[in-house]
Amino acid sequence: MSESIRSTYEVAQDDGLLTTTDLKKYFPVKGGILQQKVGDVKAVDGVSLAIEEGKTLGLVGESGCGKSTLGKTIMRLHDPTDGSIHFNGEEISDAGKSRLKEIRKNMQIIFQDPASSLNPRMSVAELIQEPMKTLTDWSKEERRDRTLELINEVGLQEGHLQRAPHEFSGGQQQRVAIARALSVNPKLIVADEPTSALDVSVQAKILNLLSDLQDTYDLTFLFISHDLSVIKHICDDVAVMYLGQLAEVASTEEIFEDPKHPYTKALMSAVPEASAESMTDRILLEGDVPSPEDPPSGCRFHTRCQEYIGEVCETEKPQFAEPSTGRYCACHHYDGST
Amino acid sequence: MADNILTVEDLKVDFHTEEGTVHALDGVSFEVGYDEVLGVIGESGCGKSVTVLSVMGLLQSPPADIVAGTIEYEGTDLLSVSDEELNEIRGGQISMVYQDPMTSLNPVLTIGHQVTEPLLRHTDMSKANAREKAIEMLESCGLADADRLMDEYPHELSGGMRQRVVIAMALVTEPDLLIADEPTTALDVTIQAQIMDLLENLQEEFGMSVIFISHDLGVISEISDRIAVMYAGRVVESASMERIFESPLHPYTRKLSESIPSLDTTVDRLPTIEGQVPSLYDPPSGCRFASRCPQYHGEECDMVDPQLQPVESEENTAHKVACHLYTDVSGESPPWDVGDGYARSVATEATRGDN
Repeated sequence: MSESIRSTYEVAQDDGLLTTTDLKKYFPVKGGILQQKVGDVKAVDGVSLAIEEGKTLGLVGESGCGKSTLGKTIMRLHDPTDGSIHFNGEEISDAGKSRLKEIRKNMQIIFQDPASSLNPRMSVAELIQEPMKTLTDWSKEERRDRTLELINEVGLQEGHLQRAPHEFSGGQQQRVAIARALSVNPKLIVADEPTSALDVSVQAKILNLLSDLQDTYDLTFLFISHDLSVIKHICDDVAVMYLGQLAEVASTEEIFEDPKHPYTKALMSAVPEASAESMTDRILLEGDVPSPEDPPSGCRFHTRCQEYIGEVCETEKPQFAEPSTGRYCACHHYDGST
Repeated sequence: MADNILTVEDLKVDFHTEEGTVHALDGVSFEVGYDEVLGVIGESGCGKSVTVLSVMGLLQSPPADIVAGTIEYEGTDLLSVSDEELNEIRGGQISMVYQDPMTSLNPVLTIGHQVTEPLLRHTDMSKANAREKAIEMLESCGLADADRLMDEYPHELSGGMRQRVVIAMALVTEPDLLIADEPTTALDVTIQAQIMDLLENLQEEFGMSVIFISHDLGVISEISDRIAVMYAGRVVESASMERIFESPLHPYTRKLSESIPSLDTTVDRLPTIEGQVPSLYDPPSGCRFASRCPQYHGEECDMVDPQLQPVESEENTAHKVACHLYTDVSGESPPWDVGDGYARSVATEATRGDN
């Protein structure tokens, strides 16, 4: 077993719809004349998290921190390098093609940019029906009925069904992508930055639609975003990711009221607030996110940390501790409580 | 007006496309004072970028066609000067920072080459002096080890560092007016905070005027003295930053700020704006926001185009809004004369119909 996070967090994650344990995804880096493997990009490096059924877990972090890779690995669009993914009562990290087909009926994904995730040659009707055709054995009539039901559900009209994706605005395209993901009645939806490509007024509509659908279908969301205000609006729990690892996990209310990890604090203070008052006590982080190919030793955040304690931060990897019930934080500040 | 560095009046820009003519800008007016930061906000396609590209004289024609209007920079109409004169002003006195640092830096030239280029072009500085000045500017932009950076290529830098280089490049000639077109949109929030901090400090240090374009109200609120809100090719409201956030008048401004989730408050459902932005191929004859407006006022909204008018108020008269709620049209029949005198001050009207 690796040296990665072996945490008390595992104890708490028995009864989620989805749990991952020490999940890793490395991408090989090739170099030299022979294109031999010279290293790994450790995109996801030991992530353990759990999502309860019917809840929304927000995954937040900066670009390159591995949040999308984690989402795709959970969907098994990437094969995990190590660790386990437990979904809906079964282990799916090693599932083969035919089992994946069954599993994907219950988990679907919505991508960031609907213009590139929808096939431009297919009509809206074909796009929505495609997952039903591939994954279910529903009859033509059943598929048609479901399509009609969905198109209204996501706020489009029947007349839109024969049109091609390019005839729609970004918001409408994202509605088609949502209908497509919903078509097979999944339990879990991984939403990978579903509103980042949209204008704020359209974003508001899509966020409202997602919460409505969650109520109607009792959906569970893994909501990936870099936008903290969106995360705060839609999520029940929040996981903050930094350089392939989780920095902090807590309920939305707690994490926004009292962030514990120095990175979470910096991230929150960096968000510009749309108001006339000016921010006075902003925490400005130094420098950039280090490369995931060669992450810093010890705590990965120590190179930029504003609450750096000393040598321990550079040499020892902080444990994923539980400073108070239901809150998890990987930082040497809270090591004493374990 | 002597107290403004840049005055844009009634600017109209069309794009001739195969599908027809897009009226991208339809009477845009605003001004930027000396040492002032003007924030321009609006959603995609509202004409923010077209506006500043016209100021820079960078619109490609065809398809673009500046149909009407004036752009006055320190007494010179930028639309009527020759290309040579414009070349002198552009890059020397007015410079621009673009959204994506990867596409605004030339990948095959060193950082040093690119940062010294404006100096060599616009001043008679020697190469050695230009290099010195460039290093100094890179350091002011928070890049340590600037000497070494001068010989590196853009791909060797991170996104945040690249944007610092682009800013250094724009500021190296010490321009009087800086145009920043979504300079932090491609960056992460923690890096965005660094860049915003840098821009604010540099603005104070050099005392330049800035036009700061963004779709993000939060970012705009941090840096702007005054804000112009654009919608479908028009400026619909302009006022001091405080007034835009504390007492916005135009229904669009209010809906826009409501639809952003906030870190301070919690709501179950986000307020939304019904409908969609009208097509700019054939914009409506009346107010462009009429079909989506929560405070639709009556048929004049559909028929008469509201003009950007100063609102009379106790504190200042710099608050302008283009909305019939604030124009006295009672008792008149179409066409209403809306271009005359001060609009009625109806601060109470602003809150009516809100809930």
